[in-house]
Amino acid sequence: MTDATTYTFGLDTFGDRNADASGTPLSHAQTIRNVVEEGVFAEQTGADFFGIGEHHTEEFPMPAGDVALAAIAARTSRIHLGSAVTVLSSDDPVRVFQRYSTLNAISGGRAEVILGRGSSIDSFPLFGYDLADYEQLFDEKATLFAELLKGGPVTWEGKTRAGLLNQDVVPHTESGPFPAWIGVGGNPESVIRAARLGFGLALAIIGGRPARFAPYSELFLRALEKFGRAPLPVLMHAPGHVAATDEQAKAEFWPRYRDIITLMAPQRGFAPPTTSRFDWETGPEGALFVGSPGTVARKIAANLRTLGATRFDLKYGMPGLTHEQLMTNIELYGREVIPRAREMLAAS
Amino acid sequence: MRYQQRQRERLGILGSGHIGPVVARLALSAGYPVDIAASGDPDDIALITELVIPGARPRWASDAAADADIVILAMPLHRFLDLDPGPLGGKLVIDAMNYWPASDGVLTVFEQGGSSEIVAQRLAGSSVVKALNHIGYHELEEQARPAGAPDRKAAAVAGDDRAAVDATARLIDRIGYDPARVGSLAAGRILQPGGPVFGITLGLPEFGQAVHEGARSLP
Repeated sequence: MTDATTYTFGLDTFGDRNADASGTPLSHAQTIRNVVEEGVFAEQTGADFFGIGEHHTEEFPMPAGDVALAAIAARTSRIHLGSAVTVLSSDDPVRVFQRYSTLNAISGGRAEVILGRGSSIDSFPLFGYDLADYEQLFDEKATLFAELLKGGPVTWEGKTRAGLLNQDVVPHTESGPFPAWIGVGGNPESVIRAARLGFGLALAIIGGRPARFAPYSELFLRALEKFGRAPLPVLMHAPGHVAATDEQAKAEFWPRYRDIITLMAPQRGFAPPTTSRFDWETGPEGALFVGSPGTVARKIAANLRTLGATRFDLKYGMPGLTHEQLMTNIELYGREVIPRAREMLAAS
Repeated sequence: MRYQQRQRERLGILGSGHIGPVVARLALSAGYPVDIAASGDPDDIALITELVIPGARPRWASDAAADADIVILAMPLHRFLDLDPGPLGGKLVIDAMNYWPASDGVLTVFEQGGSSEIVAQRLAGSSVVKALNHIGYHELEEQARPAGAPDRKAAAVAGDDRAAVDATARLIDRIGYDPARVGSLAAGRILQPGGPVFGITLGLPEFGQAVHEGARSLP
């Protein structure tokens, strides 16, 4: 039997700060300009989606990804553009809707949003939110965002922002809601929330066996049924790096990955990285999609099948990689990984 | 109070987010009967239980605690502050929670001292031990190994009640880890975020060494 499922393939960046070939960090401004070039190039090489994840740090200077997406939108015609993720808990859902509805207008209907509760929590103190409230913040704001997406006047009341009474929120979309997802990092209660509110499920997998998320896809589909909703898609997001050979990809990625995980380990509770763990994570069982086009394509196809997912977004880059390395990654991903993964999925 | 060892211990796991379902699955595989509760109606977690924790019973938190011999606190720490201590009276309570202001925000009550000591003060009728808090939730599941496996890792237990520590050590052994006794509940501060073994999985000898070296630099 031929698999008629349509698969799509995206690229995500967190605005990872670039370095030059000698290892000297580029400016934040140059990194952002490079991200715009990378987004334009992603379309040329064949990617279906380009996403920018909100971050507020020295290593990831990308708090306003929607502005960069608008620049990419003006220079592209086909690729979908979205957040990956928007930290909704510390943002205003009305503003988020307005920014992405504007992006949707500029791009001729190519905007998407992935909403996150925020595992990267730098935005909370920055905008004056209390981390202890993150569950209520996210739940209320995601509920309001679902209302805003429907279009038409919104009536809403909650504790985390001013209520709305029959409020028209502009700009209106031309053809209904744009695609919206909830990013989930391992909490089954978040899976239920995505289904309840009618968002797609974005599984953010950054370590360990991705296969452990398979029950979440099943949980999502069953929960959609329970809430009387039509089926919605499942997306897998995972980090990686593509180069000509497995050895080259690992050699480029490892020192940058080691440095950033070591930096984040104390705050995020990550174990300090070891080469043996890295070898496992980049192998067939792990969550890092690092290798040659063939290796990465095989791993993507296998994981999409296991998870019942129809979209894969590769989070490319790491702080300290060069723009040229990232452009090579994008080229190999678009021109080689995507067609090969599609072929494997069609043949299965 | 002191914990009285039971023949067939029933677990009541309070929390169905990250760590709760993982501990539930490991305990079910080890043969423990398991009840699990979220903050509200068990109907809300019926699907989660059926698909992600098959074999566990979804319950109200008070019922899960009342029927359990061993209660596992697997909720965000700020939710613990709303928990009624009543149904936990007389139980062995394993505190798997962490106070981690960088990730969960500042909770004034937990700013001074070890978080499990404060939990124990609030649960004066229970026998509180600290365990299952220092290994990442997905690693906890992936690194579990049968007794005697060469790559088996250590998981710590700290507490003031010998019988409760013994029962927890048996639980740790049955779900796939070599129990590492680190002493009193106060000594268990070494297992907290920022400590020398938090987020790291080690075999028993290396774990003991890391705790020993870390204890010397403990504030």
